[in-house]
Amino acid sequence: MGKFVGKAVKRREDARFLKGAGTYTDDIKLPKMAHTAFVRSPYAHANVLSIDIEEAKNEPGVIAIYTGNDACGEFGVPCGWQVDFKNGETMREPAHPLLTKDKIRHVGEAVAIVVAETLEQARDAAEMVMVDYEELLAVTDPKQAMEAGAPLVHDQWEDNAAFDWCIGNDRAEVEAALESAHHVTEMEYRNHRVAPNAIEPRSYIADYDVNADKWTLYTSTQNPHLIRLLLCAFVLGIPEHKVRVVSKDVGGGFGSKIYHYTEEALLTWISREIGRPVKWTSDRSEAFMTDAHGRDHVVKSKMGFDKDGKIVAHLTDEYCAMGAYLSTFAPAVPTYLHGTLFQGVYTTPLIHLNVIAPFTHTVVVDAYRGAGRPEATYLLERIISKAAKEMGMDPAEIRFKNFIPPFDGVEEAGYQTQVALQYDSGDYHGVLERGLEMLGYEDFRKEQAKAREYGKLLGVGFSSYIEGCGIAPSAVVGALGARAGLYEVGHVRVQPTGKVSVFTGAHSHGQGHETVFAQFVADKLGIEMDDVEIEHGDTDQVAFGMGTYGSRSLAVGGSAIIKSIDKILEKGAKIAAHKLEAAEEDLEYAEGKWTVKGTDKSISFGDVSLTAYVPHDYPEGLEPGLDFSSFYDPSNFTYPFGTHIAVVEVDSDTGKVDVKRFIACDDVGNVMNPMIVDGQIHGGVVQGIGQALLEEVVFDEAGQMINASYMDYAMPRADDIPMIETDRTVTPCPHNPLGVKGAGEAGCIGSTPAVVNAVVDALAHLGVTDIQMPVTPQRVWKAMQN
Amino acid sequence: MQITLTVNGKQYSNDIEPRMSLTQYLREVLDLTGTHVGCDTSGCGACTVSLNGAAVKSCTLLAVQADGGELTTIEGMANGNEMHPIQKAFKEHHGLQCGFCTPGMVMTAANILKDNPNPSEEEIRHGLEGNFCRCTGYHNIVKSIQHAAEEINN
Repeated sequence: MGKFVGKAVKRREDARFLKGAGTYTDDIKLPKMAHTAFVRSPYAHANVLSIDIEEAKNEPGVIAIYTGNDACGEFGVPCGWQVDFKNGETMREPAHPLLTKDKIRHVGEAVAIVVAETLEQARDAAEMVMVDYEELLAVTDPKQAMEAGAPLVHDQWEDNAAFDWCIGNDRAEVEAALESAHHVTEMEYRNHRVAPNAIEPRSYIADYDVNADKWTLYTSTQNPHLIRLLLCAFVLGIPEHKVRVVSKDVGGGFGSKIYHYTEEALLTWISREIGRPVKWTSDRSEAFMTDAHGRDHVVKSKMGFDKDGKIVAHLTDEYCAMGAYLSTFAPAVPTYLHGTLFQGVYTTPLIHLNVIAPFTHTVVVDAYRGAGRPEATYLLERIISKAAKEMGMDPAEIRFKNFIPPFDGVEEAGYQTQVALQYDSGDYHGVLERGLEMLGYEDFRKEQAKAREYGKLLGVGFSSYIEGCGIAPSAVVGALGARAGLYEVGHVRVQPTGKVSVFTGAHSHGQGHETVFAQFVADKLGIEMDDVEIEHGDTDQVAFGMGTYGSRSLAVGGSAIIKSIDKILEKGAKIAAHKLEAAEEDLEYAEGKWTVKGTDKSISFGDVSLTAYVPHDYPEGLEPGLDFSSFYDPSNFTYPFGTHIAVVEVDSDTGKVDVKRFIACDDVGNVMNPMIVDGQIHGGVVQGIGQALLEEVVFDEAGQMINASYMDYAMPRADDIPMIETDRTVTPCPHNPLGVKGAGEAGCIGSTPAVVNAVVDALAHLGVTDIQMPVTPQRVWKAMQN
Repeated sequence: MQITLTVNGKQYSNDIEPRMSLTQYLREVLDLTGTHVGCDTSGCGACTVSLNGAAVKSCTLLAVQADGGELTTIEGMANGNEMHPIQKAFKEHHGLQCGFCTPGMVMTAANILKDNPNPSEEEIRHGLEGNFCRCTGYHNIVKSIQHAAEEINN
């Protein structure tokens, strides 16, 4: 496209981060800013009998203490997605209060907040708040939550189901096909709960300006405009134009910072009450107790095959935890972001998925990197590998046999799945072929056989994933229960000097938008990157936006910017034609200037920009200025895909799994900056390896998370993983102007099953056919003993 | 309690609460907000600074323990506008994404290279095991440190 797109341009945001000069929310200090500490429940399920704040109120520095009995106790945060029962019953949607006054439903639920002059004073006084609880039995497991007699999370309903939903073909038809299948592979397992763990804990500062009657909320969110909308219109009932949400540097999100949390609404309310700015920053244990978790599915699945190894039917039943309340996107995650990917990359003719989503006495579960798609991929890629073993087929062969044939979405139509979606374009063979080459498959099998002779356990695991990204066409998601549109806004302001300010509703919390967006804007306009500035994360600067998640920034946000640039070039051409005394259709635009075709007569972008703002000699009837904003609503999701291959060595004495090689061959459509795409893949892959081998949120019987600190929760460290070998194929997205598909989640979606498949492969000769994640040394050792 | 210490070459003397952590002192008293808090149990390393030439987790040290000490924080790594070779290498090799763990990574990298100017990949990974990064998968951090070592040694 030009001189920047496709190049590994170094990031412009790096200098401030490397010098320690980033501005994360907790770095902001406002005059007269008060500090807060929460009083949180130590119980998962309890009645609150009394809350005594008298002694605490008299502690030094205390400005105010609020409980659910104050006016703020009337407010609650909403859910953004409605998924109804398959029998037509409406989704059960409990109130989700900012502070709880009567019933505790998870450990860490807030009962009071202390506001004080300093953080230490707030924390000291919070210790003095006396809450009398009556502890009740709790249920944290989604399947157990649906058993008769399970403790009810919300006792206004007869059981814990938030909804019971299904997708795909008629169940009876799928069951019949399984009955008559040549071979049926079954699996039962848990896609266990993990904690997203952005390294920057959530942080909020609400600043109410009494003179202007306006708020500024500084927040570590992925989603500033949506937070403002929810906060104003659905929680506090304050006018949206009175609130500015600022979310500049954010230290990672991975989904956990998409949602509107109770704390940010409560602080906004408190700031007006006390007439001062007020701050809260989560500590790590609070983060474990209150940030939305991910996954937590209990799965039972059957896949049927004909005698040639072709899939004939797939039936799955799942219990997917919602947690104590319904978080912003929670109902969509195990349904429309999960069931719709059950086609995978295969031609499976019959599919049925049933999801029961129970409330549990735990913190909420919501989208975590990949959101529903890693869970779908894990299932498909594990079960097809298990089937291959059972049927004596090679795991690559069974995949090749079942792949959907290549289609570009232009000449060949998109692929209509059995589960609602139509894939845009894909070549699933290509990425597996390339992955096998990178691995050196034949040689590996020889090495593996030889290694076994010496008692060394090597294994290889494959994963051929697809995901739905570029979220999302508004009408489609609206029909599926979303209570918001999922378009994006791109505003391009050409300054009189020809310098360009771009305002995007997408949000960067590590993705490098300031660099990547400037690359394609500069190329499209034929100007230098230095002449382009990218602004995000401030609702006063950007008209509107839907934030960043679901690998949507470039596919949706980038497209909105392109739309605005098209408008600028169209208007610029009118000005250029006037100045050059030529017809518009005789002009061509390249390298930052309009030229009369076949002549050397031209006018630069800068001169046209100046003319637009100093319109002395100007086309009649044309408005001055060169400034356009556009909304882009995608016509479809995008569907990145790829093959991930893990090579592991299992220690035969201890059961420890060592990832020796990890190969990722991804297709994310066109690539704007290969350095950044690779970086996204690396990070995603390692998060996926983390779930496969190390990470798990563990609750005890009382509902206490017993590993809620970095001393106890095992995340991948540098010495747990190898270098990641990456390559890619390019199948452009046919329906957006940049041809991009999104790369943010791919790594995390493809990697997990590849690792577990590799462990099972390493142990296959010992009769091991499955192993529960996280694949800890203890589990492996036990599997080897059996 | 009164403490006196040198941070990034400048001497400071302050009266502080004995329970104040070194991170809080740097962030709240000196406004050096480049040192980050990711956990407060020494688990994540985002708060790593150099105290008397050794990398320490400032979140689990009291400020009073650093009394009389000489500290370097991320703000003291560059020489004016000239970034330290480790900082340059992180930029060149995309060793950071969201940037939150980055100051701790850079300070830890400096410590690794001080003790071992020619570390192997394994030694670098071992040296980084006290620091979490959730964005990069460590790949490009390791690469950045390898290149920084080359640059410094030349």
